Amino acid sequence: MEAVKLRLVSTGLLFSLMLILNGGCAKDGDVTTVRFWVMGAEGEVVEQLIPIFEEEYPHIRVRIQKIPWTAAHEKLLTAYASNSTPDICQLGNTWIPEFEMLNALEALDSRVDESTIIDADDFFEGVWQTNIIDDRLYGIPWYVDTRVLFYRKDIFEKAGFSKPPETWQELYELSQNIKSLAGDTERYAILLPTNEWTPPVIFGLQAGSNLLRDSGTFGDFSSEEFREAFGYYAQYFYEGLAPVGVTQVTNIYQGITEGFFTMYITGPWNVGEFRRRLPGHMQDKWATAPLPGPDENYPGVSIAGGASLVVFNESDKKDEAWKLIEFFSRPEIQLKFNQLSGNLPPRLSTWEISDLKDDPHIRAFYQQLDHVVPLPQVPEWEQIAMKIQQYAEIVSMRRMTVAEALAALDDEVDRILDKRRWILSRSD
Amino acid sequence: MITVFFFFPVVAALFMSFTDFDIYGLSDIGFVRFIGLSNYADLLNDPLFWTALKNTFYFVLVGGPLSIAVSLGAALLINSRLVRFKSFFRLMYFVPVVATLVSVAVVWRYIYHPRFGLLNFALDKIGIEPIDWLGDPVWAMPAIILLAVWKNFGFNMIIFIAGLQNIPEELYEAARIDGANAVSQFKSITLPMLAPTMLFVGIITMIGYFQLFAEPYVMTQGGPVNSTLSIVLYMYQEGFRWWNMGYSASLAFVLFLIIFIGTLIQLRVQKRGYEG
Amino acid sequence: MNRIHKIFLYALLISTAAITLSPIVWMLSVSLMPAGASSTYPPPFLPDDVTLEHYENLFTRLNLARYLLNSTVIAVGVTLLSLLINSMAGYAFAKYRFRGRDKLFRLLLAGLVIPAQVTMLPLFLMLNKMGFINTYVGVMIPGMASVFGIFLMRQYMLSIPDSLIDAARIDGAGDFMVYWRLVIPLCKPIFVTLAIFTFMGTWNDFLWPLIVMTDDSMYTLPVALANLMGEHAQDTELMMAGSVLTILPVMLVFMVLQKYYIQGIMMGSVKG
Repeated sequence: MEAVKLRLVSTGLLFSLMLILNGGCAKDGDVTTVRFWVMGAEGEVVEQLIPIFEEEYPHIRVRIQKIPWTAAHEKLLTAYASNSTPDICQLGNTWIPEFEMLNALEALDSRVDESTIIDADDFFEGVWQTNIIDDRLYGIPWYVDTRVLFYRKDIFEKAGFSKPPETWQELYELSQNIKSLAGDTERYAILLPTNEWTPPVIFGLQAGSNLLRDSGTFGDFSSEEFREAFGYYAQYFYEGLAPVGVTQVTNIYQGITEGFFTMYITGPWNVGEFRRRLPGHMQDKWATAPLPGPDENYPGVSIAGGASLVVFNESDKKDEAWKLIEFFSRPEIQLKFNQLSGNLPPRLSTWEISDLKDDPHIRAFYQQLDHVVPLPQVPEWEQIAMKIQQYAEIVSMRRMTVAEALAALDDEVDRILDKRRWILSRSD
Repeated sequence: MITVFFFFPVVAALFMSFTDFDIYGLSDIGFVRFIGLSNYADLLNDPLFWTALKNTFYFVLVGGPLSIAVSLGAALLINSRLVRFKSFFRLMYFVPVVATLVSVAVVWRYIYHPRFGLLNFALDKIGIEPIDWLGDPVWAMPAIILLAVWKNFGFNMIIFIAGLQNIPEELYEAARIDGANAVSQFKSITLPMLAPTMLFVGIITMIGYFQLFAEPYVMTQGGPVNSTLSIVLYMYQEGFRWWNMGYSASLAFVLFLIIFIGTLIQLRVQKRGYEG
Repeated sequence: MNRIHKIFLYALLISTAAITLSPIVWMLSVSLMPAGASSTYPPPFLPDDVTLEHYENLFTRLNLARYLLNSTVIAVGVTLLSLLINSMAGYAFAKYRFRGRDKLFRLLLAGLVIPAQVTMLPLFLMLNKMGFINTYVGVMIPGMASVFGIFLMRQYMLSIPDSLIDAARIDGAGDFMVYWRLVIPLCKPIFVTLAIFTFMGTWNDFLWPLIVMTDDSMYTLPVALANLMGEHAQDTELMMAGSVLTILPVMLVFMVLQKYYIQGIMMGSVKG
């Protein structure tokens, strides 16, 4: 008898333990908590803006989760697989097709129609379009992103360049000059990190490659255009103009200050980071410029990137999440966000109320934004981008020739797209 | 309990490995096809699989014996009749075993730093050019092995000490009377008497080392150029990064098969050792 | 001769100990340096100025207390539950006669060869259906029963004389009472051993919590640390401080209870 009682008590204990462990309620009284996932450096910035929002909407609390960019895609898919997606999230616009395919995103058309704050015509057209799939809108652009050249003015001058390079040929000559300036010290002209897929992809787009063929069902990397671009890219590693491997530079800000490298192709957020992290004496020595192109047409193209804010289908706090999106779409908040993060606002009226166009570091981006092309809108893009990155690394370390690497890359990309081909053929 | 949370998943995983269950399948089960052995056939054509397999074998075949040798060496040292403070040294050598792997990986990443790392600093003192340990595909795996040996040798050392203490002292005394020196004592007494311990250590080390994951995950993410991509890391990437679960499950079973065969081989070799 | 021999032995022992411990000592030392101080050449061994700012940062800005709590709850929870479950199973295998017992036990041992990774995908999907992803329970479930734990318990309980148990039964004690009042007290040493093993294993576990915990407020220390590395890779000193805090609790437990831990390894190996 006593044994039974004991057993009952202990099971009861176990269950209450489980209940406690499972707990963690989202709602206290009538305050609703919205879960908001933010990536990379944006996380710290958003934390400074949220108090303004919470003051206006006292019944909404925002819980921010910061995710490093390197783990972001993985975390989001895991969250999707386990039905634990956040209410609102920052999503790179190349990822929208993927999550739309998974039916994970809430369509926002009717909300935009009713909104007094968000007006589609006030956004950069090209960036707005990346959020539309099959005539439905799934994200509101949060910032626009493209890549330009960051460089050290003083070293350029020493290398005999009073203005930034405008063609591939000039970029190459400049790099050689910088390399020979360094003499025996270990210095490089340009940082092309092989854990970023953007440099090889940008060179490919500049050369006129479409990356994929047959409406995104096969890889097109062995094409003449991409081969030329990839060969050009590889040259920088072969001739010691760019450091091989990513362990050398653990801190790019320190690296550029030391002159370990002189150029870096990167995005707008680094304007803020450079201002914050580079020492004072460096501040008048760095500049930005639109990217050089393969021929005389300057500037060359760059990618039409950016991040949007999306609401997940699974969320039961969509109205609150939408309020937060509207908040971040206000020109004055976008401006604050820009001032804190350096990210460029997607709304034309935000540019109007600011002096961004006159900012010497931002001007390059403004010019570049007129010369951008979108990336392929396929759900598998992220996986493909990782493969490009992988083969870029292989080539940079001379494990394969350019032709071998591109053939292997096509093979792998074709395999990744196999399921897509099957699904498309089924729906025909 | 174990049935529900262990044996059932094993069967489910086997079944999964015959399908192309992926992220599309999670959104709509209609997107899952039964594809028989296709995943396994794909594996054979997948260069990354072969790379992962090669790296894993490299790690097991070089790192395993090295780690066992260091453990045995440390055990012999501590067990020496001349040494006092045995338990103190035992404790010191054991510290890395209990240290959280992610933490020590953080430290070792900086020890291996090509420009500011302690290791290159030490090498520089004896006139060796700096090596980009984690950035050079040739050196990345040795760097991981070094870390693993450092981290794990204490565990096997304890087991060896236990084994050594079970060897009757009379055997050594008899040998000494026969005039055998230290080396021949080691060969003719210590090693044969340690054989069962060796088998045990060999098997658990092999099983553990085949499951290499956290070290490359934290230190190198499998790079550079996949030179530290292990089977489990590849499985994790396919399964939990891209959600190609069918493919990932087939990888898991290949790993299981390898470990199973490895265990059988060790048992067989040991048996022959007894007979011979 | 013997003297030289002895000096040589000690030199070897001490230098090995120094090499073994130096990464951990260095971690502690760097964690006390001001930001950026370690990224110089030659690498500094000791801080010029000691600062606790990184520790402060971890707690105030980076939510470390929360991860510490998560890790503690999970490790303690798994330890308690696994003691209960493994000891019951071990008791059953040692002292109950039921059909196919030895066969079942052998099957269990054979399961040791199957790497845990095989089960992870289905287990994840199962726990997902049950709503346990991103909960403490989800992380704890696979650790609650282990073949090794059952084996350890069974071996120890085999040494309890049957006559003792029979005597208790004759006195009218039920199954559970025998287990609770007689077996557990007799098995105290092995309980401590298994407890340390489980605690440390769970604390240091990385792959499973990495998969199950999707929300950063649920991360365990090692997962949080790996996550931090993605964001703050350039902040060497901060990362070192995080590492020190992650290692500290297991080190303390180990130092206090090391006798049992080492005995456990020896037992597991000798009888295996």
